[in-house]
Order: sequence, then structure tokens, then C-alpha cells
Amino acid sequence: MNRLIVLVLVILVGACAEKKKESQEADGEVNEVSTEKTANADVKFPVYDFESFEPLLHKDDGATYVINFWATWCKPCIEEMPHFERINAEQKENNVKVILVSLDMPNMWKSRLEPYVENKDIQSEVVILDDPKQNDWIPKVSEEWGGGIPATLIYNKEKRTFYERGFTYEELNEALHQFIK
Amino acid sequence: MKRTRILGWSAILVIFVAAFAMGFKVANEHSLDKGYEVGDMATDFSLKNVDDTMVSLSDFEEAKGFIVIFTCNTCPYAQAYEDRIMDLDAKYKSQGVPVIAINPNDPAAKPGDSFAKMKERAAEKGFTFPYLFDEGQKVYPAYGATRTPHVFILEKTASGNEVKYIGAIDDNYQDASQVEEKFVENAVDAMLAGKEINPKTTKAIGCGIK
Repeated sequence: MNRLIVLVLVILVGACAEKKKESQEADGEVNEVSTEKTANADVKFPVYDFESFEPLLHKDDGATYVINFWATWCKPCIEEMPHFERINAEQKENNVKVILVSLDMPNMWKSRLEPYVENKDIQSEVVILDDPKQNDWIPKVSEEWGGGIPATLIYNKEKRTFYERGFTYEELNEALHQFIK
Repeated sequence: MKRTRILGWSAILVIFVAAFAMGFKVANEHSLDKGYEVGDMATDFSLKNVDDTMVSLSDFEEAKGFIVIFTCNTCPYAQAYEDRIMDLDAKYKSQGVPVIAINPNDPAAKPGDSFAKMKERAAEKGFTFPYLFDEGQKVYPAYGATRTPHVFILEKTASGNEVKYIGAIDDNYQDASQVEEKFVENAVDAMLAGKEINPKTTKAIGCGIK
């Protein structure tokens, strides 16, 4: 029993320490963005334009998809990232798949996105959506979407809901449980 | 018995009135949250400019309209559009439609968007337009700006500054040379020519206002 209490405490302290670290790192602002494109030929994640990305929004394989639109420069996106990671780990047996869709700009793929995913040991699938014609594709993700991030689409065969907002773990879990019975 | 019944009815009445009042309050807040739609009259403001003067739309007596742009120092999209915002002012100020840039971010949340940093940025880039600080964050919610950069084109009419266009500057944030549709330029040109603006709203990814 005592051991259990110690274990819970250790987990709690660990979680707090991790949270503190996260928010400190997220404070790093982007002060200057070079317009030069760095060599992205060997970027580790698949890069899609909207046309090639769109099938990911309409999969019909029985899984529930949690599609999160984010970027490394978006502070509230970074704040909610651990919740998506946790959902991805916890809900595997419920056939839930988390896909993290990075909207980072091409010159950030090597300099910010790759280091972030590596340092945080992100386990969810990461893809890059690189399509500047945003006014064309934003409404195709959801008519409700004004263009703000974080934004998340949850869908399966029966149901789809779009959220232009950030989530706490509890809120995300609650939203997801409307899709998995 | 009778007394209990009266008490019961009073309680129901109180609950009903309270529920109604709450519902009303929520509805009210919701419409505030939404901000302007095309056709609405935009509120004027008095905000501090980077040259330490206070600026209002009513100061521009000769203006035919305004390109109000909520933008900031720190957002990568805002940075990508800085030069194009300067080009808009260069092109349209002389035609009576100046750019009015407003930084809506709270420096407590975004230290890089403090008034001092705004002054630095404006000087570095040589901004030719007012770059105003939405101190206390009162103006951007009234307009319904949600991200940076977020453009509101206003036309000065007899009854006020009418919102004519809401959205993005153009259709390619990455590369000015690859732009196919210059949304804001097309809208201002149409407005000045007295023609229908099309499209009146556009969407873009931007940095959420903090």
C-alpha cells in the first residue's frame, strides 16, 4: 500500500516537472523567420499538399481518427500536445489513431519540427501539410474552421466533429468518448 | 398548505427568471465573441501609436476607407506578410485608403509583442503606417479578429465605417511571387470603383491572438 502511494507521488511529481519544462520551452518565440528555404529534401516526415492529404480525412477502415492541426510556433498547440500523445498511447486498443498535422513553414521543418519531435519523443504519427492555398483547403477540412490553430478533427465511419480550440486531457478524452463506445 | 403552494410558485418563478437571465447573458456574450460580419459598422478607437501619439479612424478626415490589419511582431505569418503590408500602404494611402496596423497581443503572454518591441520593429522595417497597441485588448474582440494577420477593410460612409472585407491579404503566405489572388488589393480596387467585392471573406491559418 505504502509503495503504491510512493509510486503515485512519483508519477505526479514527474508529471508536474514535465509540464513546467513544456511551458518554458513553449515560451521561445519566433523572432525572425528567414524566407530562404533550407534544404528539406531529407525531412523525416511525409509532406503533403492538400490534394494528397485529403484522403487522411476520409478513411473508412473502422478506426477513429484524431487529426490535430498544429505548429511548433503555436504555444497553445505545444501545451496540448502531451494530451494527444497520452490519448494515442491509451486508446490504441480502441482503434484510435492520432495524426499530428504540422503546419510549420518549410524553413522550420529541419530547424524546429524535427528537433521538437525528437526531443519530446513524439509517438503519434506526424505529417506535414504544406499547401499555401489556405483559403481553398481550410473549408474542405471543415466549413466551421476560421483558420486558427490548434484545431482538431475527430472522425470515424459514423460521425465527425471539428474543434477550433485547445483541449485539456479531460476535454479531449470526453470528446473522444463520443466516438468510441 | 396554501403557503407552501405560494412558496413553490415563487421558487419556480425565481428559477425561471434566473434561467432566462443566464440564457440572455450567454447569448449576449456569444454575439460579442463573433465580432463583425461584412456590412456591419466598425467601431472607432483611440490607440497608442509607436510614435506615442493616439490614433483614431476619425483623425483621417480625407480617407475613403481603411485597411485595418491585426498583426504583430512575433507571428511567423505576420512576419511573412510585413513587406506586403508596407506595399499595401504605399499603394493605397495616396488613394485614400491607408493601412492601420494593430497589435492585439497581450505582452504578458507574448513579451516579444510589447509596446517597446513594436517601436523597435516599426523603426527597423520603416513602417509608413500607424502601428497601434491594443492596450487592454478591447478592440480586437469587438472586430472579431482571431489571428494575425487578420484584415478588415472598411469603407467610410455617411453612417460610419462599414466592413467590406474580412480575411487574408492574399492566397500565398509563403511566396509573394507565387500569389495568384491578391484578395485585399482586389477588394480595395473594387471598393474604390464602387463595384461588388468578391470574395468578401477569405480564410487563412494564422497565429491565435494571445
